[in-house]
Amino acid sequence: MALDQSFVGRTYPPTAPYEVGREKIREFAEAVGDPNPVYTDPDAAKALGHQDVIAPPTFPFVITFKASGQVVLDPELGLDYGRVVHGDQKFSYTRPVRAGDRLSVTVTIEAIKSLAGNDVIDVRGEVHDESGEHVVTALMKLVARAPEGE
Amino acid sequence: MTAKISYDEVEVGTELPARSFPVNRATLVQYAGASGDFNPIHWNEKFAREVGLPDVIAHGMFTMASAVRVVTDWAGDPGAVVEYGVRFTKPVVVPNDGTGALIEVSAKVAAKLDDDERTVRVDVTAVSAGQKVLGMSRAVVRLA
Repeated sequence: MALDQSFVGRTYPPTAPYEVGREKIREFAEAVGDPNPVYTDPDAAKALGHQDVIAPPTFPFVITFKASGQVVLDPELGLDYGRVVHGDQKFSYTRPVRAGDRLSVTVTIEAIKSLAGNDVIDVRGEVHDESGEHVVTALMKLVARAPEGE
Repeated sequence: MTAKISYDEVEVGTELPARSFPVNRATLVQYAGASGDFNPIHWNEKFAREVGLPDVIAHGMFTMASAVRVVTDWAGDPGAVVEYGVRFTKPVVVPNDGTGALIEVSAKVAAKLDDDERTVRVDVTAVSAGQKVLGMSRAVVRLA
């Protein structure tokens, strides 16, 4: 069944701050197999002009995906998460995420479409730091595949 | 931000050094833990087949992270990436055969966007088992 179009434009309350730690960044960089010292060595990061170690470009997804749970698990919207696949992902950075950041995400449903029986939903996550400055915007397209036989 | 590549020395068509990234089941378990994405299609073969997949598949976000390494290693400073987006077109299938899969990544400068901002658009190609696994894979990078 097609999702309710009236959810387009809905914005959820900002999430509680996610505190970015050096060791979490290290763990993530190791998991993607990236040995760049700018992710693990504060001196290497400072040599490139950063205040502290920075996170890899796709790290913000860890935070925005968690935040988008508000949409994905919203019983009123009724998305069948078992049928959801990740369609597109895009990040626009004002600056890289860095250790010490306390980041809050504001999630908005940008679009809902029905394509060949699949529900397609665009979710925007605006990530701000503790002082309210913009850090990164994450755009995620999710596709909920139509159940078989429909 | 301190990119090590100079905007003035880059031309449209400049190729970035290509890289290949191996991925096996252990890689996916480690990525699941670090990212918090525990969807069983990335570690449970039985579940993956039940939902119509050929086998366990890699997290799209793992592929996205691998692909951008070609860009960040070239630019020198990952903080020089201004935008990065991909479309997940085909899954990276990761068999439990002791070898796993390979993600082969190449990239080239597709456009010089802004002489004042010194930004370029880099188009990235990621292939696994002979198929393109990312579409519209593009990064905007601010060069020195």
